Amino acid sequence: MSYDKPLPVLDPESTPFWEATRAHKLKIVRCADCGQVRFPPTSFCPHCNSAAIEWIEASGKATVFSWIVVRHPVPKDIYALDVPYVVALVTLEEGVRMPTNIVGCTPEEVTAYMPVTVQFRDVTPEITLPVFAPA
Amino acid sequence: MFALRDKYSIAGIGYTEFSKKSGRTVRSLASEACIKATADAGLKVSDIDGIVSYNFNDSAPAIAVATEIGVPQAGYAVDFLSGGNAANLIILSAVAAIEAGLAKTVLCYRAMNGRSGFRLGGGRDMSAYNITQYTAPFGWITYPQAMAMWCRRHMIEYGTTSEQLGEIAVQFRKNAEHNERAMQRTPITMDDYFNSRMIVDPFHMLDICLETDGACAVLVTTTERARDMAHKPIRIMGGAYGGGPNQGEDLFDAMRWPDHSHNYAKYIADDLWSSAGIGPKDIDLAQIYDCFTYSIIMQLEGLGFCKDGEGGPFVQGGRIAPTGELPLNTAGGLLSEGYIHGLNHVVEAVQQLRGDAGVRQVPNAETCLTTAGAMTCGSALVLRN
Repeated sequence: MSYDKPLPVLDPESTPFWEATRAHKLKIVRCADCGQVRFPPTSFCPHCNSAAIEWIEASGKATVFSWIVVRHPVPKDIYALDVPYVVALVTLEEGVRMPTNIVGCTPEEVTAYMPVTVQFRDVTPEITLPVFAPA
Repeated sequence: MFALRDKYSIAGIGYTEFSKKSGRTVRSLASEACIKATADAGLKVSDIDGIVSYNFNDSAPAIAVATEIGVPQAGYAVDFLSGGNAANLIILSAVAAIEAGLAKTVLCYRAMNGRSGFRLGGGRDMSAYNITQYTAPFGWITYPQAMAMWCRRHMIEYGTTSEQLGEIAVQFRKNAEHNERAMQRTPITMDDYFNSRMIVDPFHMLDICLETDGACAVLVTTTERARDMAHKPIRIMGGAYGGGPNQGEDLFDAMRWPDHSHNYAKYIADDLWSSAGIGPKDIDLAQIYDCFTYSIIMQLEGLGFCKDGEGGPFVQGGRIAPTGELPLNTAGGLLSEGYIHGLNHVVEAVQQLRGDAGVRQVPNAETCLTTAGAMTCGSALVLRN
C-alpha cells in the first residue's frame, strides 16, 4: 500500500535534517559563531546573523511542551484509521521546540512536561519521521 | 505610534447575507457589500478612490471589485495576503493611505465563500514544503489543530477549563439569537457544548467558528468629511497592529513563539491603549476575534481586561453577557454569527455605536474595542461615537 500522508519536500536548508533522520539520527543546527542552537534550520542565526552553521546530533531526549489529540480525521480518507493520534510540541534537551507525534502510549497518558525519547519511523524508503515515546 | 486620534472615521457599513452556500462568485459578494457600504454613507461609487482587502487567495482582488462597481480611479488599491489578523489592519492601512494623500474615501472589505468554496477550516493543502515539511507529516494540518496546541498550553499554565470555554460558546449563541444576520440562532446549553463532537482535543465542535459564505465592507474617510455624510461618524480613537518575536513563517510555525499561553494581544496592548488615550476600564463593549473560544481568553488577558491566567474565570458569571460588565461579541461572534474573517466584528461595533443594533443594542454604548487575530500577530481598534 502506498503512503498517502504528507511527505516533506526537501530543500537546501532541510536536506541534512532529513538525511540524518533517515540514518536514525536527530540533528539540529548550531551557530558556529555564537553557539546558539535553532530549529527549524535556517540560513542565518537570529541571534548574531552569522551564516556559519554546524549540524549537531541531539540527545533525543525531550519533554512535552503542549499536545493535541486529533479525533476527527482531516482529510477523512487519509487519517480515518489513525485517529485518535497525538501531535505534540516537544522541547528538546538542547532547548529548541519541535512538532512531532507521541507514540507508545494512549492519548490519555500524555501529560505536560512528560519526558520522552526520540524514535524513528521509516514511512517510505526515502523518508523517516522522528517521533517520540515516553522515556 | 498611531497619532491620529479621532481624525478618521467609519462612515459606512455594508454586508451580504451570510450563508453556507451563496451560489455566487466571491467578487459579486464583495461588490454587494461595497455598494451597500457606499450607499450607507450617503455616497456614490464615483466618490470612492481607494479600496483594500485581505485574503488567502480565496477572494477577488481589490481592482476586480473596483472594476465591477465602477470606481473611476483608485489611488490606493491593495490586497493583503493575510488571515483574520488583518481585519483591523486594513482599516488602519486605509487611514494611512488617506493621511499620505493617496486617497480620500476608502472601502475596506472581506469576501469569501468560506463554506461552499475554499474552506479555511477543513483543509490546507497537503503539501509539506518550507515550514510545513516539519508539521504536516505529523498530521498537523488544519487550523483547529494548530490552535488547539495554544489552548492546551493555556490550560497547562493556568488551569483553564473546558467549562470556561463552553461559557463563551453558550453566551455568544445567546447573543446571536437576536441577530438576523447570524448563521446559528438556536440556543445551546452547557450540556450541548460538552456533548458536541470532540474534533481535536481540547476543542469540541462548539469551540470552533462557522465557515461562512458572505462579505462585509466598511467605508473609511476623515472625520471632517464624515460629518457631512449620512450617519454620525464612528471615530477611530486608536489602533495597533503587530505581535511578538518569532512569529515564524506561517501560523503553524509558532514553534519558536516564546509563550503559547499568550498571543499577539499582549504585544500590542501598550500601543493600542496609548494611541486611544483610554484603557480597558473605559471600554463599554468589545468585539473580540473568536475563531475559537480560547482566543477570547488570551486577548482579554493580553489587552489588560484581567490579569494573566484570569481570563477563564473572567468569562464566567455573566460578566461578558450584554447586561454584564463587559458585553462581548454582541452579534454572536465568529462562533455563532458567522466567520467573515473578523470584519463582521467591525460592522457590529459600528451598529452598536450608532445605536442601530435593535433588540441587541447595549444601552449607552460609547466606546467599543474590535480585535482581529488569535496567534502570533493581530490588529485592534478602539472606536467611539
